[in-house]
Amino acid sequence: MEYFWIFISAAIINNFTLAYFLGLCPFFGVSKKIDTAFRLGLANIFVMLITSVCAWFLDTYILHYAPYLRLMTYIVVIASTVQFVEMTIKKLSPTLFKALGLFLPLITTNCAILFLALTQTSKGYSFFEGIFYALGAGSGLTLALVLMAGIREEAEISEVPDVLKGAAMSFLIAGILSMAFMGFAGLFSGA
Amino acid sequence: MSNQPGLYEETIKGIWRENPVFVQMLGLCPALAVTNSAINGFAMGAASTFVLVGSSLLVSMFRNLIPKQVRITTFIIIIATFVTVADLSLQAFTPLLHKELGAFIALIVVNCLILGRQEAFASRNRLPYAVGDAAGMAGGFTIALIMVGGIREILGSGSFFGVPLFGDNFEPWVIMILPPGGFLTLGVLLIVFASVKKRSDKRKQVRLES
Amino acid sequence: MPTENRAGPIRLVVTLGLAGLFSGLVLVSVFLATQPLIKRNQVEALEAAIYRVLPGAETRKVFVEQDGKLVEAQSADGVEAVFAGYDPGGKLVGYGIPAAGGGFQDIISLIYGYDPYEKQIIGMQVLESKETPGLGDKIIKDQNFLDDFKALKVEPEILVVAPGTGADANEVDSISGATISSKAVVKIINQGNEKWRKLIDEKTESEGQAE
Repeated sequence: MEYFWIFISAAIINNFTLAYFLGLCPFFGVSKKIDTAFRLGLANIFVMLITSVCAWFLDTYILHYAPYLRLMTYIVVIASTVQFVEMTIKKLSPTLFKALGLFLPLITTNCAILFLALTQTSKGYSFFEGIFYALGAGSGLTLALVLMAGIREEAEISEVPDVLKGAAMSFLIAGILSMAFMGFAGLFSGA
Repeated sequence: MSNQPGLYEETIKGIWRENPVFVQMLGLCPALAVTNSAINGFAMGAASTFVLVGSSLLVSMFRNLIPKQVRITTFIIIIATFVTVADLSLQAFTPLLHKELGAFIALIVVNCLILGRQEAFASRNRLPYAVGDAAGMAGGFTIALIMVGGIREILGSGSFFGVPLFGDNFEPWVIMILPPGGFLTLGVLLIVFASVKKRSDKRKQVRLES
Repeated sequence: MPTENRAGPIRLVVTLGLAGLFSGLVLVSVFLATQPLIKRNQVEALEAAIYRVLPGAETRKVFVEQDGKLVEAQSADGVEAVFAGYDPGGKLVGYGIPAAGGGFQDIISLIYGYDPYEKQIIGMQVLESKETPGLGDKIIKDQNFLDDFKALKVEPEILVVAPGTGADANEVDSISGATISSKAVVKIINQGNEKWRKLIDEKTESEGQAE
């Protein structure tokens, strides 16, 4: 049951994007088409899972002796994972690689992934708790990306005043989405 | 580099014309996450300035020695070192601020602004220009953070830098210091800047035509 | 300008190695330099909290659980511990018990003082919380709420009741508008008691008999 709550908490109640302001670069940069948004979300989930596992191993066996190296090792792991994912996708599915294009390297600077690793450690999650945390966080991120993409697709074909166009409108939409998700806050107390 | 703008231009551009937050839309995560008050925004800006200027300094100094293939990794190592130093220093000297900023100090390392400046500028320019560019960008970043933080604090807590502004009867607009407030504040600021720019562009147009 | 020619693998390794070495040196030195300060800050914060929930205490000792009994320990680093506070005369004031649990928004971490002689709570302080500002975070500031923890009987169990109706010595008035956060605080304390109270009461009794 605990795992379920960790998942739901990370995905919806404390949604990484709408509650913690993480993963904003892809959120505002990428999310114009539902399709790409969804695929990027999946790529993120995958990187998060690997990062979670690596972070757990690093933390349990090595970082005891040098906690100040935590940041360094985590970011190197993330950068390497993204590189690896990029190469794998390129080999396995060149079409997918073309579709995601530039967005893949951007996953490295996605604060959500680093945040995931750091908080997983500070919350002391076990191996499996960490996995559910990563799944939840990634799903929440994907959810936010897809919602935003859907709304923006609609907005593309509507009449919008000049000054609102572009970034400003995205932020206002995000603000309203964030408010909507705040409604989930009380769920956690049932745990 | 014959037409390269002077040191002053390179520095000042980061403050307004190429402001990292309002124009380039970089470093958004910290810009929204820790700007629930002016002092938090300032602290995050200061820490980011330390990291950006320090990293640019080192990257520029060693730019001819870093092979192209490993440049991103080397940049990240340098940046992460500065961030860890900032993290430890804050924890030692200002534990309260450190608690407020929390995990976001560590997240400075993935602030696209910092890595971006290394890649786009510091690794290709001489030391004074690299430092100037870094200082300007960092300054613009900090100003943006203080603006967002200040607005959210005034509306959401009724204070500015901790100093209460209104009397006891002020009912704070709490949502401003919650996540939606961050998005909304930045959105409104962008609208304001867009309008200002539109008017000033129009004015320039009119002047040109007359 | 970064070198344009493809550098040989040795050059790559050397560069990364040097960067790593330099970084490592800097980090180790800064870490060693700041550790004493950081530790001192943590100890100060904890001490301040302990003495606030054990009014009258001026010295303290650390106790951990070992083989089902409460045993004195040197420090609380990395283990779950409670803190016994003693007044200037050396008499036990009570035990400061840290506890944490889920609140409305996220985890609430607090410390409360437990008097084993009177079997009551004598103080409570919230250490960390992310409750809603202006609503849930009243558990930190609301004086009426905090006062409820100054002489709160723990038997049979601490109960939360609607604001203004708490008449019994083991009842706490919830804060209107912050019901869930108030209930969370009490739930956390009850859980802390489940964990430590038996050990503490047993120890206190055995000390009483020894005198």
